[in-house]
Amino acid sequence: MKHTLSLTALALTALPAFADESEYMPPVSDPVALAECSECHMAYPAGFLPQRSWSRIMATLEDHFGEDASLDADTSARIETYLTGNAADAGGRSSGLLYGVAATDTPLRISDMPWFRAEHDGEVSAHRLRKAGSISNCAACHRGAERGSFED
Amino acid sequence: MKHVLTLTALLLAQPALAQDTSPQDLIALYGAQSGAPPAPDAGRALFLSDQTGGKPDTPSCTTCHSADPTRAGQARTGKAIAPMAPRVAPERFTDQKFVEKWFGRNCNSVLGRPCTAQEKADIISWLNSL
Ligand code: HEC
Ligand code: HEC
Ligand code: HEC
Repeated sequence: MKHTLSLTALALTALPAFADESEYMPPVSDPVALAECSECHMAYPAGFLPQRSWSRIMATLEDHFGEDASLDADTSARIETYLTGNAADAGGRSSGLLYGVAATDTPLRISDMPWFRAEHDGEVSAHRLRKAGSISNCAACHRGAERGSFED
Repeated sequence: MKHVLTLTALLLAQPALAQDTSPQDLIALYGAQSGAPPAPDAGRALFLSDQTGGKPDTPSCTTCHSADPTRAGQARTGKAIAPMAPRVAPERFTDQKFVEKWFGRNCNSVLGRPCTAQEKADIISWLNSL
């Protein structure tokens, strides 16, 4: 599995159109989603994951990557509506960011997506990763992440 | 470095807090629910100890909060968490819904069960004494 993914990643690096699309990603604009989903990490932009991923994440908050991040039902429903409404595939849109993700796959991490692996595997030094603490800590390496800029 | 981290934590944008309660009010509220006087030493012991009942990645409150609550902690994602002691972080324990939400989540993550009213009173009374 690991192996297949790295191969896909290598193939993806060759796709130039890809980078432009991924340099800017509109930050979370719903105030409730922004407040509730930025307490433990930056609020990840909705456009990085497909609708089914956000729905799964919102349905499993009580065991969220090893922590309880649960919310009351109303707040959770509102956030899910916002996230799915602005997801990578919202409104039937197709996004290059979903390249290599099977329709039957529900990725829970942006950092597991094939485009992400293509951009980061081998590009990120062990030292930088150690300083960031986790590959999920986008803002440690992308200073503009919370404003939607992932250029550098 | 430690110093820089503390400063950053203080500057972190906090969500708008309701300011509808205070550490003293909460200690009184939870104390009344439990019927026993708050015990800061028991709160300290609970906050600092390692537990086995919860999720494997979060054995202690100090997995994320500093063992010295006048200092900043760090979430597992690398994000800084403001100190927990109200003396240095006056916005702590001033919004009842926020406090309840986080006791709910964090006691479940660390202990695998909700904290009792007694435990909440103990913990806040310890943090408020620092
Ligand atoms: C209680 C803390 C907490 C809260 C609140 C929280 N998360 Fe997370 N989240 C985590 C942790 C811990 C991880 C795993 C990070 C790691 O592996 O370093 C994570 C990871 C994620 C990831 C995957 C990041 C990656 O690696 O690509 C997504 C997506 C995510 N969270 C979405 C959300 C959403 C949406 C909300 C708001 C409803 C939310 N989170 C609220 C703790 C939290
Ligand atoms: C440890 C450092 C580090 C972390 C953490 C990190 N990245 Fe990156 N990221 C990089 C590097 C290095 C590159 C490749 C060089 C470049 O183009 O900036 C990159 C590239 C990117 C790109 C492509 C940018 C472009 O120019 O096309 C995007 C989008 C991106 N990262 C998003 C994220 C997101 C979202 C997260 C968090 C889930 C994240 N990164 C976490 C270091 C990091
Ligand atoms: C996995 C990381 C983590 C663990 C473990 C953890 N906390 Fe927290 N805690 C947080 C985060 C993140 C916040 C919200 C951010 C903030 O308030 O700065 C928070 C906030 C709180 C608050 C809200 C206080 C206020 O009014 O501002 C209380 C109370 C609390 N935690 C108690 C505890 C207790 C008690 C334990 C141990 C049983 C514990 N926490 C364990 C991460 C954690």
